[in-house]
Amino acid sequence: MDSKVDPQRQLVRLRGRSYVAFVFSPVMPIVNWLEGIDATLARSPGFFVGRPIVLDLSAVKLSGHGIAHLVSSLENRNIRVLGIEGVDSSLLDASLPPLLTGGRHCMIEQSEPKKAEVKKETEPKAPPATSLLLESPVRSGQCIVFTEGDVTVLGSVSSGAEIVAGGSIHVYGTLRGRAMAGINGNQAARIYCQRIEAELLAIDGYYQTAEDIDQTLRSRPAQAWLDGETMKITPLI
Amino acid sequence: MAKVLVVTSGKGGVGKTTSTAALGAALAQNGDKVVVVDFDVGLRNLDLIMGAERRVVFDLINVAQGVAKLSQALIRDKRLENLWLLPASQTRDKDALTDEGVRQIIDELRSKFDWILCDSPAGIERGATLAMRYADEAIIVTNPEVSSVRDSDRIIGMLDSKTVKAEQGEEVKKHVLITRYDPARAARGEMLSIDDILEILATPLLGIIPESQDILRASNVGAPVTLNDAACASARAYNDAARRLNGETIAMTVPVERKRFFERLLGRRAA
Repeated sequence: MDSKVDPQRQLVRLRGRSYVAFVFSPVMPIVNWLEGIDATLARSPGFFVGRPIVLDLSAVKLSGHGIAHLVSSLENRNIRVLGIEGVDSSLLDASLPPLLTGGRHCMIEQSEPKKAEVKKETEPKAPPATSLLLESPVRSGQCIVFTEGDVTVLGSVSSGAEIVAGGSIHVYGTLRGRAMAGINGNQAARIYCQRIEAELLAIDGYYQTAEDIDQTLRSRPAQAWLDGETMKITPLI
Repeated sequence: MAKVLVVTSGKGGVGKTTSTAALGAALAQNGDKVVVVDFDVGLRNLDLIMGAERRVVFDLINVAQGVAKLSQALIRDKRLENLWLLPASQTRDKDALTDEGVRQIIDELRSKFDWILCDSPAGIERGATLAMRYADEAIIVTNPEVSSVRDSDRIIGMLDSKTVKAEQGEEVKKHVLITRYDPARAARGEMLSIDDILEILATPLLGIIPESQDILRASNVGAPVTLNDAACASARAYNDAARRLNGETIAMTVPVERKRFFERLLGRRAA
């Protein structure tokens, strides 16, 4: 658990930030505790590789020499210690990892024995859908919300219907309802339709109502896009 | 096999009840056993259009609540022996209908009839959703004007999501019936054209019923227009629609040219 506050002082901007790390809390006798680590490594050799490890020495009393010996013992097992907590700073010389303070517990799933808590890894989940395809017309009163990406409608979007998308909106029929693209702040999102008769178009919060839309564009293929803070609607083709 | 057909629209006053009665009578004339069910609890009208208002004893709510048996509430038409009416209650409101009660009634009607026509109330609330709940097919009654078309579109969305068929992943077969169509006004651009309506609703057309005094006349005498004057343009249009429901292919005509010709023939009677 623990958090690490960046202790350097520089003229550049300094920021504090917390991170998640494993904490080892060795107990006396150290030799036995190291055997426990070896047992874990025997079960899963790569378990600690590349993970940030913090040593919590509050449960043991070690001299500066003892600490150096423990850190090198761990390094021999391919375990690199990121920092140490729970000791007096006078015990740590420049060759040892820095003293960490301000650590807080945090809950992480998938914890192993030895109090070792696992850093949250990139979860192995199915890749999220980035587009939504609607094969039937969107009827009046229906509201389609898809914040993850683009929405494609093969039919028409009726008057009184609403499409809300995180990305762009493509309508291969007539767009008569409301279309709101880029609602998560995506200014590059666009709205395309085969026939524009929309009640309202919006991209990232900038909108135009039916009244604002140029009459000469009506009933033609068109696209809407953001030019800075202005919504432009131009004919397609 | 029995078919449950809901006649719905969203908007009021477009001709749901008139169409239910006319189509019910037309289907019955083809020989099928038909029941028309009034779901407009509290504002019932179908009994008037069918001319059965003086014979109502028990109603839909009584049957749903187990007060009366279905056979006690069904009213047989005096003109067609295979046409029946299940009236709504006038003294209750739509909250008296329950999903379970409607399901039981529809199940029982399925075993007795070929066609069950449910006359939906206007709106999208409980009465309308329960009327469409167990439907196999739907007729969406639409007038050629924007508010009616938009409401129809909303109802089509509900038919695709709130019916038992939709929840089972099947589809309620939908038909658009355009009523109160006035070809003269349509020609002058004062009405939405048929093409515009069908383009917006993206649903097959069942028929086009012309605006006509014949319908008002039939309502006043308490008879479905298809029984009152089978030769008039609107009755012919309803008869064609009923035959299309039975799977026949009949060319779609706007039944007006003939009427105009007729008027010309008879001198300017209609002015």
